Amino acid sequence: MTADPATPGAPGTSASVAPHAAGSGPATDAAASLAARVLRHGRYEALAMLRNGEQLVLAIVLPLLALVALVITPLLDGFGPSRIDVAAPGVLALCTMSTAFTGQGIATGFDRRYGVLRFLSTTPLGRSGLILGKAVAVAGVLGVQLVVIGGTAVLLGWEPRTVGIPGAALLLLVGSAAFTALGLLVAGTLRPEATLAVTNLVWILLAAAGGVILPASALPAAVEPFVAVLPSAALGDGLRSALVDGSLDPVACLVLLAWATVASLAAIRWFKWS
Amino acid sequence: MSPTAPALEIDGLIKDFGPVGALDGRMVRVLDGVGLRASHGAVTVLLGANGAGKTTTLECAQGLQRADGGTVRLLGEDPSRASPQLRARVGVMLQDGGLPPSVRPLALLRHVASMYSSPLPVGALAERLGIDDFGAVSIRRLSGGQKQRLALACALVGRPEVVFLDEPSAGLDPQSRTIVFDLIRELRADGLAVILTTHLLDDAQRLADYVYIIEGGRTVAEGTVAELTAETDADGVRELRFETLPGLTLPPDLLPHLHQLEAEPGHYVLRGVLTANDVARLATWWTDCGVMPSTIALAPRSLEDVFLDISGRSIR
Repeated sequence: MTADPATPGAPGTSASVAPHAAGSGPATDAAASLAARVLRHGRYEALAMLRNGEQLVLAIVLPLLALVALVITPLLDGFGPSRIDVAAPGVLALCTMSTAFTGQGIATGFDRRYGVLRFLSTTPLGRSGLILGKAVAVAGVLGVQLVVIGGTAVLLGWEPRTVGIPGAALLLLVGSAAFTALGLLVAGTLRPEATLAVTNLVWILLAAAGGVILPASALPAAVEPFVAVLPSAALGDGLRSALVDGSLDPVACLVLLAWATVASLAAIRWFKWS
Repeated sequence: MSPTAPALEIDGLIKDFGPVGALDGRMVRVLDGVGLRASHGAVTVLLGANGAGKTTTLECAQGLQRADGGTVRLLGEDPSRASPQLRARVGVMLQDGGLPPSVRPLALLRHVASMYSSPLPVGALAERLGIDDFGAVSIRRLSGGQKQRLALACALVGRPEVVFLDEPSAGLDPQSRTIVFDLIRELRADGLAVILTTHLLDDAQRLADYVYIIEGGRTVAEGTVAELTAETDADGVRELRFETLPGLTLPPDLLPHLHQLEAEPGHYVLRGVLTANDVARLATWWTDCGVMPSTIALAPRSLEDVFLDISGRSIR
């Protein structure tokens, strides 16, 4: 199975396209390992997201603008010790939604339209590798957002409760799983143009009144119980409770877990690859 | 699996689509008993009009669609439950390419190569198919032929033993076509099983070791090009063209079994099973009319005639 990249370039001759297994029986290890396939696909999709202009605006620029706006306006006064302490967890929840749900959903919708999902599922990556790779990509981009947004928040005076950081990490993990599954559900059932419209609209609605930036308790009493069971409010309020008060909100955890489970099952049931 | 076993074996393949709203929610049978074999070291062509069921057959063989009946064995395994190891031995070029528009060709090819333990050298493959000429441009800016060559490279980069090419010559200019056809012949010489679909008879005639004609979701004829076009010597000649004065009309009772047309002024074509007697009667008629054609040409039975004989439908 030696492949010499130097020999095929000789003048006047053509590059060999001979298979390594011709006449020698089937190869048993022609595929790269599962971990290598998933990580390589995760890196590929994460770089594609970070190189895409609109995605970068959604992932980095809008959250940064939101963070600064929340610090210089009195919108969050009275919800915690300082504006930045209440703002930063909410903006991280917003980042999770933009990356896992909107960005990933739109990319998947168009990949489905162009047959990219079908082609990649015929390679050793396969359907399961493709989904796992997407999860890795979401986690990777979210990591970049945590560094950039979290770092900026610290510069603006953010002092998260260290005791709440493991709980916050858990919520981010379950939250990104829930929003990734929801994004895949939309991308796998609607046309890509509809996916684009729906995921952006839902992102704006949830960001404005879904308990992400403004706590669900700040909303009118009539809508508060409905908003509290949304994944956006569970993530936003859960992160605030962890990073402002240092306590893990079990209801928020359960709500996110329920959304992640139901959305995954629905995506498995209804996702169309072509 | 023994070395002589077919790379692909399909028997009685059935596939239904639907329910279709326009048909009161009924199912549509797209494949109704397709059967075929594809061997290593051979180019097997699925020939048929658009909508005949070629692509659906390939998708069942690739594991992209699950069969509703019949059996499909790809390298001895069920492709609908293909392991990564099986997928690594099979290369696929989809009809619509499956290429992401915002990615650059070489980046995509390198990424696909990274899914295999021992891929072909990307640089040499890209050079061979002329991809390095446009390797750094977004895929959305490529021409149809450039996209076809990239999709072919993506199908081959993992050193497959079996390669599926769905309409590989679509959108290719004559030069790209020669590059692609030479490569396909080279793959065959290297022992690959090449399975391709086409609705172009010329492709089949130039490439195929074995042809399956698919029509209405069934395999309606099969054989080598020579076998399919030969049949008997008696009906071997199927076309007579001649050139003379424009505006001549053949008497309807002269050669009633032949289809006659004046393709352009002065260029006449007679299609059907032609015998020496027909030619003699035609020559007599020329004498009667006082004309001498400037050219006369006979053409043997072509794949197109085979196709028309079988299906009555036209194909290019």
